Amino acid sequence: MSTAAVAEIDDLTVWFPSPGGPPVRAVDGVSLTVRAGETLGLVGESGSGKSTTGLALLRLVDPTTGRIRVGGEDVTGWSRRRLRGLRRRVAMVFQDPQASLDPRRTVGASIAEPLVVHRLAGSADARRRRVAELLDLVGLRPETAGRHPHELSGGQRQRVGIARALAGEPDLIVLDEPIASLDLSVQAQILNLLRRLQRDLGLTYLFIAHDLAAVEHLSDRIAVMYLGRIVETGTPTQLWREPAHPYTAALLSAIPVADPRVERDRRRIILSGELPSPTDPPSGCRFRTRCPQARPDCAETDPPAVEVAPGHRAACLYAGEAVRAMRADPPAPVTGGPR
Amino acid sequence: MSAPVVPSPRAGGEPPGGEPVLAIDDLTVTLGTRNGPARAVAGVDWSVAPGRTLALVGESGSGKSMTVLAATGLAPRSATVTGRVRLLGRELTTMSETDRRRWRGRHVGFVFQDPMTTLNPVLTVGRQVTEACEEHLGMSRRQARSRAVELLDLVGIPAPERRVDAHPHQFSGGMRQRVVIAMALACEPELLIADEPTTALDVTTQAQIVELVADLRRRLGTAVVWITHDLGVVAGIADTVAVMYGGRIVEQGPVDAVFAAPGHPYTRALLAARPRPGAAGEELAAIPGAPPSPLDLPAGCAFWPRCPVRGDARCAHELPPLVPIAPGHRVRTFYPTTADGGATADPTTADGGATADPTTADGGATAEDRHQLRPEDR
Ligand SMILES: Nc1ncnc2c1ncn2[C@@H]1O[C@H](COP(=O)(O)OP(=O)(O)OP(=O)(O)O)[C@@H](O)[C@H]1O
Ligand SMILES: Nc1ncnc2c1ncn2[C@@H]1O[C@H](COP(=O)(O)OP(=O)(O)OP(=O)(O)O)[C@@H](O)[C@H]1O
Ligand code: SF4
Ligand code: SF4
Ligand SMILES: [Mg+2]
Ligand SMILES: [Mg+2]
Repeated sequence: MSTAAVAEIDDLTVWFPSPGGPPVRAVDGVSLTVRAGETLGLVGESGSGKSTTGLALLRLVDPTTGRIRVGGEDVTGWSRRRLRGLRRRVAMVFQDPQASLDPRRTVGASIAEPLVVHRLAGSADARRRRVAELLDLVGLRPETAGRHPHELSGGQRQRVGIARALAGEPDLIVLDEPIASLDLSVQAQILNLLRRLQRDLGLTYLFIAHDLAAVEHLSDRIAVMYLGRIVETGTPTQLWREPAHPYTAALLSAIPVADPRVERDRRRIILSGELPSPTDPPSGCRFRTRCPQARPDCAETDPPAVEVAPGHRAACLYAGEAVRAMRADPPAPVTGGPR
Repeated sequence: MSAPVVPSPRAGGEPPGGEPVLAIDDLTVTLGTRNGPARAVAGVDWSVAPGRTLALVGESGSGKSMTVLAATGLAPRSATVTGRVRLLGRELTTMSETDRRRWRGRHVGFVFQDPMTTLNPVLTVGRQVTEACEEHLGMSRRQARSRAVELLDLVGIPAPERRVDAHPHQFSGGMRQRVVIAMALACEPELLIADEPTTALDVTTQAQIVELVADLRRRLGTAVVWITHDLGVVAGIADTVAVMYGGRIVEQGPVDAVFAAPGHPYTRALLAARPRPGAAGEELAAIPGAPPSPLDLPAGCAFWPRCPVRGDARCAHELPPLVPIAPGHRVRTFYPTTADGGATADPTTADGGATADPTTADGGATAEDRHQLRPEDR
């Protein structure tokens, strides 16, 4: 796999103003590189800033500070006009295909829109041919072009969303929870489609998802977010075998596994407390209010990301060690309340 | 700080069984819709015993919510409900509306997906938690308040004496769900019905709530009906699983048996389609097509248009009965797979339906899909 960077995010912050109070620090110092041909999985607590990071890559939200480079070009200060070009190179697939498609337009018109905007297919005829080609790519029959979104199943609508994202032949596709709203028995179809398209067309994905089994399945590398920061990055194997950040360890231990025998013998790391407010993150390490291994200096020092193995980084003052200590802890008594 | 590593929710011995708390029999729900009658639930029967958890699993629209709503007399007005429902030995379907409401209020607690549909934003959580019980148990205001503090403590809300006077918006999503659980438990119900209680929550918060309900069930002996579409959650909490498809139960049995030896092609296919740890990058055994609409159910087996086994014409025209394949384990198919490997046909090798010939597939509920998807993607 090539290691050329398709997109680089450098110390990005995105703060949203909130009326009469401090701003929401949705993304607060994120650096990420997405390499050509890879799938980078982005996981983490709800509200940790995953979608905002994805939207910032398309400049659909404005960075407060930091830089964004796409294909080596700094797009941070690009004007509205130039941004149109950016949105050809970076496309997005959203969670709810119902909401992301115009209900009054035919499927064909929705898919053709990026072609028109970016002047990619000259004649109406060429456009029609391209739409048919795109439909074929995502496994839909050409007649689908004449239908409206409400005439399609959820899985078919998501295929249309993917076809639309493919229209501009983007360098990078941001997939924001692309299977979360789909029927259980349809999710695997879409995961297979995404993988096949990547293989055939050499696509690069930033894959945002809650379903960690799906993320593990599709991703070459994974970045874990917590409260506006990336706390750990590594390959799925590195993270699953030896998570180095306590939040990653807790997250992985909380995922239910579809096997009752495994579930019965499992010991979970149950986090106490709640996600702190992104308007007022804790000092030092942001995870310290819920970290079972927090020590006094965790409140003082903002932990930098350190390399714990080649290509495996964690932002914890006790990276590796803290997780080993957590896992060695004796189990809590079976009885007793939730805390 | 207490040690954070805890055993799985069910460790510590099997809960007691006994006479069912809730038993439903041949429940059918038909809804009047703009496009004609929709059969949301058909011929469903199951029961749940004290201290046990029944998980109802199935995809969106398979009839899970409607089953429990109709069973407890909460179906929408447009619904026609038939069948029998016994709650603690009393027949609910023949009770007057007032009696039913009272009986339900006393003996059943509900937890829904979105806590804000249950909570009143303008009342303190303390008032809401015990509101129902003041009526049922004849409590004074003072008694009610101290009971509220007790309940908030029970569900793990820190500093309950202080939080009892807070309003819902001052709580996070996970904490609100705890408040709703406190509310549901206030009258010490024998039955807790939880409809996707963790779907809107983070996995880490979900783990807390699963743990909490399992612990309460153990301590209070409450029977639990837990609705979810997450097979992982089912594996973690259930004693018994009922898998629904197209408004019917297609498989029901002890959790271990259903996961280790699923007898219905749908259950097998669903489990086989999950990404497996350590098998990254492999093609998943996807199920072709989409689930049927309740407006347009196939005449025979509802899974027929997508089934990788699909024996013969009988599947298309005749409704398969629920047949036992092991003690307490039933499946609704003409071609069950049995635990001892005596498979009539093995859909796991059928490569997610790639073997089903699309050109011969006649419509059914997924005609749309068949029409629009290319064969290799179905
Ligand atoms: N336009 C906005 N204005 C104000 N606050 C916002 C806006 N968009 C997002 N936020 C806040 O920023 C934070 C991060 O949101 P974001 O949607 O990026 O999280 P996420 O990780 O994608 O979460 P989820 O998993 O729930 O989708 C949240 O606290 C959210 O409420
Ligand atoms: N009030 C209603 N009026 C008409 N139809 C309804 C109503 N509520 C549900 N339905 C239909 O009844 C069928 C069963 O719905 P139900 O809510 O029981 O599904 P479910 O299995 O709980 O799905 P989900 O996982 O999406 O909650 C669906 O097809 C649904 O569209
Ligand atoms: S820096 Fe301290 S508080 Fe933060 S994750 Fe590491 S051990 Fe926990
Ligand atoms: S009855 Fe026939 S179509 Fe239905 S699940 Fe069984 S084998 Fe498949
Ligand atoms: Mg998001
Ligand atoms: Mg439901």
